[in-house]
Amino acid sequence: MSKKLLLKDAHIEGIRYFDTYRKQGGYEAVEKALKMSSEEIVEAVKASGLRGRGGAGFPTGLKWSFLAKPEGVPRYLVVNADESEPGTFKDRYLMEFLPHILIEGMIISSFALGANTAYIYIRGEYSWIPDILEEAIEEARNNGFLGKNILGTGFDCEIYVQRGAGAYICGEETALLESLEGKRGNPRLKPPFPAVKGLWESPTVVNNVETIAAVVPIINIGAAEYAKIGVGKSTGTKLISACGNINKPGVYEIDMTITVEEFIYSDEYCGGIPNGKKLKACIPGGSSVPILPANLMLKTINGEPRLMNYESLSDGGFATGTMMGSGGFEVLDEDQCIVEHTMTLARFYAHESCGQCTPCREGTPWMYKILKKINSGEGRMEDIDLLWDVQRKIEGNTICPLGDAAAWPVAAAIRHFRDEFEWHINNPELAQTQNYGLAGYADPIPVPAANI
Amino acid sequence: MSTEIKKFKITIDGQTTEVMPGTSILEAARQIGGKSVPPAMCYYKPLESSGGRCRTCLVEVSKGSESDPRPMPKLVASCRTGVMDGMEVKNLTSEKTQEGRKAVTEFLLVNHPLDCPICDQAGECHLQDLGYEHGVQATRTDFERRTFEPEDIGPYIKLHMNRCILCARCVLAANQLTEEREHGILFRGDHAEISTYLNKALDNDFIGNVIDVCPVGALTDRTARFASRVWFTKPMNATCNCGKCAGKAVLWMKGDEIVRVTARKDQYDEVEDWICNECRFERKDLSQWTIEGPRHISRHSVISLNHYQKPADEHTLLNNSHAKEISTADDQRTEK
Ligand SMILES: Cc1cc2nc3c(=O)[nH]c(=O)nc-3n(C[C@H](O)[C@H](O)[C@H](O)COP(=O)(O)O)c2cc1C
Ligand code: SF4
Ligand code: SF4
Ligand code: FES
Repeated sequence: MSKKLLLKDAHIEGIRYFDTYRKQGGYEAVEKALKMSSEEIVEAVKASGLRGRGGAGFPTGLKWSFLAKPEGVPRYLVVNADESEPGTFKDRYLMEFLPHILIEGMIISSFALGANTAYIYIRGEYSWIPDILEEAIEEARNNGFLGKNILGTGFDCEIYVQRGAGAYICGEETALLESLEGKRGNPRLKPPFPAVKGLWESPTVVNNVETIAAVVPIINIGAAEYAKIGVGKSTGTKLISACGNINKPGVYEIDMTITVEEFIYSDEYCGGIPNGKKLKACIPGGSSVPILPANLMLKTINGEPRLMNYESLSDGGFATGTMMGSGGFEVLDEDQCIVEHTMTLARFYAHESCGQCTPCREGTPWMYKILKKINSGEGRMEDIDLLWDVQRKIEGNTICPLGDAAAWPVAAAIRHFRDEFEWHINNPELAQTQNYGLAGYADPIPVPAANI
Repeated sequence: MSTEIKKFKITIDGQTTEVMPGTSILEAARQIGGKSVPPAMCYYKPLESSGGRCRTCLVEVSKGSESDPRPMPKLVASCRTGVMDGMEVKNLTSEKTQEGRKAVTEFLLVNHPLDCPICDQAGECHLQDLGYEHGVQATRTDFERRTFEPEDIGPYIKLHMNRCILCARCVLAANQLTEEREHGILFRGDHAEISTYLNKALDNDFIGNVIDVCPVGALTDRTARFASRVWFTKPMNATCNCGKCAGKAVLWMKGDEIVRVTARKDQYDEVEDWICNECRFERKDLSQWTIEGPRHISRHSVISLNHYQKPADEHTLLNNSHAKEISTADDQRTEK
């Protein structure tokens, strides 16, 4: 059984409401934290080893310690609830069922950062969740945990919920800040970093929903206990949203010592692949991280079992590894077609590119069009090399990481599944009516009917 | 009493210069001049917060600074990256930079038609230059280019959206020059469009300047469109008495006829003084101007063809020694 910190009370009826949450020990972390100094909280978060759960995995305590503290200038905490990466839906679960753990984490984090105003920037498509959050905020205020002079400590804190209009790019932290300021959600050039000039040019910390929620157990059980869970630099628990060809899609809290194999096949988590199909590939961290074929997904290049954590998943770099990302775990069985799948992702990134910088604006639709051509059986062999070249020229040359996020899945698909691309090109008629998984996987080189 | 500010030393392609802290790599390169200056399609010094978008000015930073000599892992946009003391940058000398720039040029050409023979901007188009300079005349794409519904943005300015490279210069210029915000970018990605607020005409007194800042043929002058290829005209520095702007402009002449009026630009094609719409679009009569003399045009430019004829003497030609010097020097260079 894995250790549950965030979701431990998720099954309790009414846990969404303050009274029930409080009965389970809710807001005790706030009471404890407000007796500490803000530096002590930052130190605790550092000592816990918590890494940002939004995708990049940057150490949270370190990020907090970069926050500039000029005199007389307000500071802000912004919670990134944009969660638009295909395959990722863990923050939604937390906000929908456990809104108070987020509010509690935000109060503690705001106190630690010296911020009196905090925002939750939530994706527009989560249309029903802002009401849940606002209700929880109201309850917290009515019970003295928000507003002026919280628990008589002199600390004031307000939380506002801001709905986005449904753009993936508004999850990128600087585009999010632009959008929050009421402008077009275009990423800013860095530096300056938000820690120096963020919201309304004031020092700002942007953190993921799960990151901020994790501050609550860190305070409750103590940094040392938290750091003991997990392994290496992957401490604490991680929420994984699992989807695709599995028996039990859903959001799971894992400690990061379990193996990928256990995660996919054990009944506690995904419960295996429907109809006894074979595992073909996985995207373990949201659609932007590289896809890996089953053999590399289950074992590292050294033949060791791959674990569900930051280091193990990235073992070997992109050649043989991938990334933990945001924890959007997608499973593809043997019937799936990698070319078609990659094309769908490419279409998403092309649609979501903000259009500011040339390589991403022009390169992402180009990749999509090449993939569409190959997928429909109209490709030529040179198109595979062209596609490889286009992704390579986007990567690293853009303002924000959306360009990389669009390039990586394409690169990994070609790297690990080139034969599927070739199949589409060599079998144009089949490619028009069937996908590689259904037509080609069982018999990778179909014999033309005339030769049988 | 003045306290001396310590300047930063920066080396670009092996040439060292000293600049004030806060200077961008691109501006430092311009200080050095010559071939070490990266091209810039979106950066435009007179426009606040321009740059960073087109990625044509990417350079390799092979040494971060004296205190942190590590090279930067990725190419950086030189127009928006500040110089550090002891920084070493590779522009022409870096294969990575050249490759990156070629890639960006190809990306720009994915949707930009190479119809220079019919485009009104031919000869003045930065993308045309960029393509030539990097040996990229085409892209490897054979997909249909994006198309747009034509939009009428008023009597003076023609918008050809299919040539726009979304550098945002015109938007920044409009924001900077006009009180009301009437001009911006709609939509995302490659379907993004330059547009006006609900099809409003761009009619501010200074809006004509968006034509000058546009690096490609997306915004052109309706009062001068197709009147002449630019290399058949002769640019003259001229002034007029104007109540709205400084009245310092360039007249693009064909014989005695003023084909077009633009603002004066420096060697990086950046406007020195914004001019008003009246000077640009209405004053097409030579008697309304005082001619200073012919304009210096770099020899590598296609505009330098057919130059220089003596300006029309019957009009008030100032004895402008500077202009004379330039044209004499130019003549000598061609003679060589
Ligand atoms: C295109 C793009 C989309 C992103 N979307 C999200 C998002 O929806 N939620 C999120 O927390 N982080 C997202 N990120 C990462 C954020 O920029 C940022 O790194 C993160 O919010 C920091 O929080 P953390 O340190 O707690 O992980 C995105 C990044 C990019 C480049
Ligand atoms: S990489 Fe894409 S999303 Fe990011 S700034 Fe450039 S165009 Fe916009
Ligand atoms: S119209 Fe011209 S200036 Fe405006 S964004 Fe397009 S290319 Fe740039
Ligand atoms: S000129 Fe630097 S990015 Fe465009």
